[in-house]
Amino acid sequence: MIWDWAFAFEILPVLASAAIVSIEATLIGFALAASLGLVLAVARIAVPWTGWTISVLVELIRSTPLLIQIFFLYFVFPKFGVVLDAFTAGVLAIGIHYAAYCSEVYRAGFDNIHRGQWEASVALNLSAWTTFRDIIIPQAIPPIVPALGNYLVALFKETPLLSAIAVLELMQTAKIIGSETFRYTEPMTLVGLFFLAMSLVSAALIRSLEGLLNRRTMR
Amino acid sequence: MGIRTLVAMLAVALVVIGALATQESYKVFMPGLLQGAVLTIEIAVLGSLLAIVMGVLAALARMYGPAPLRWLATVYVEIFRGTSALVQLFWLFFVLPQFGVMLDAFLVAVLALGLNVGAYGSEVVRGAIQSVARGQWEASTALNMSRPQMLRRIILPQAFVAMIPPWGNLFIELLKSTALVSLITLSDLAFKAQQMNQNTFKTIPIFTLVLLMYLAMSLVVTIGMRLLERRASLGLARGKAA
Repeated sequence: MIWDWAFAFEILPVLASAAIVSIEATLIGFALAASLGLVLAVARIAVPWTGWTISVLVELIRSTPLLIQIFFLYFVFPKFGVVLDAFTAGVLAIGIHYAAYCSEVYRAGFDNIHRGQWEASVALNLSAWTTFRDIIIPQAIPPIVPALGNYLVALFKETPLLSAIAVLELMQTAKIIGSETFRYTEPMTLVGLFFLAMSLVSAALIRSLEGLLNRRTMR
Repeated sequence: MGIRTLVAMLAVALVVIGALATQESYKVFMPGLLQGAVLTIEIAVLGSLLAIVMGVLAALARMYGPAPLRWLATVYVEIFRGTSALVQLFWLFFVLPQFGVMLDAFLVAVLALGLNVGAYGSEVVRGAIQSVARGQWEASTALNMSRPQMLRRIILPQAFVAMIPPWGNLFIELLKSTALVSLITLSDLAFKAQQMNQNTFKTIPIFTLVLLMYLAMSLVVTIGMRLLERRASLGLARGKAA
């Protein structure tokens, strides 16, 4: 028989615990991406002369494969005496990669703020810090939440790349099961179904979030 | 970024690759890496062609096909957008043989990447077709055109312009995803880099060269798509200048 239910149920607990590693990597990676992305986007506006450097940096990160960046961080850090375990190096690479994408999203958010808001802040003698914290960011962030959500899902779907540096996440675990038992059908299909389920659920969540935000800004 | 900046970046990337290639410590890696780059380009080009075909077919099936075809296209798009490219690649590579379907790694690579990007592409095509003004449809109906005629002569040429920038992004995504094929034993650029790194431990020169090569390839795609966009929007009132 091609599909063996007993085998599928047998490997389910192992895959479930590996899924937790994938989710951990996603959450830590995205926290890094969202915060570093915000720093990049704010620096571009607030710190003079960084605009050009940051756009070249962002272009560089976005134009090269994540897999190579993961290898690069994993193999290059030890050369400088910093030994990172595979999980840390991988999550760092994913976080930095997506920070480049997120910074563009934040930038779009900032660009949509009416000029008058900046001018009013200057007129009210607010410091740059206060302007960002109290005026710009509270207005800029809500409209871009769905876009950030899409990148969260995209980032989640990239976590199987961590298997290339032997992080024991979902894909790597499925591969190990496959090579030990010579049965790839069940583990690989289950992994695929898991990603599909998570993506469909998050897509629905993002859509309803979008609706919620639209209603709030419509008032 | 403006097209001039992109061209300048490409020039800098190529000059740096050229300068590094003459250095003793980098020179030895060049022939192998270039060989890998050729395979990367082959997979990227064939994958892109498949993605275009799948994108257009799936979009048309979802919009105008009969119900069963529409469902099939929807299932295709949801599956390939909902799971990650690496999972799809591994599934085709490891699971299909268990059903008795043996494909060689190159074919699996082109299929997986093409189908994956094609699913995203179908949404691009759909969005672009829907963005064509209603009046255009109504006028074509008024002129007694058949549906295929309408699509071919009126709607698609206009939708084409709107599709170019998002397809450009997808081609870059596909180019970057080709690095994944190194994990199913194909010796593309990423594979060569890994292999040389394991043999020599000269991580920094190897990966610097490889990153620059990918950068150069991506920039070529970006610049090409910008030029195509400029060309295609000539004479169209809705294409924005500059």
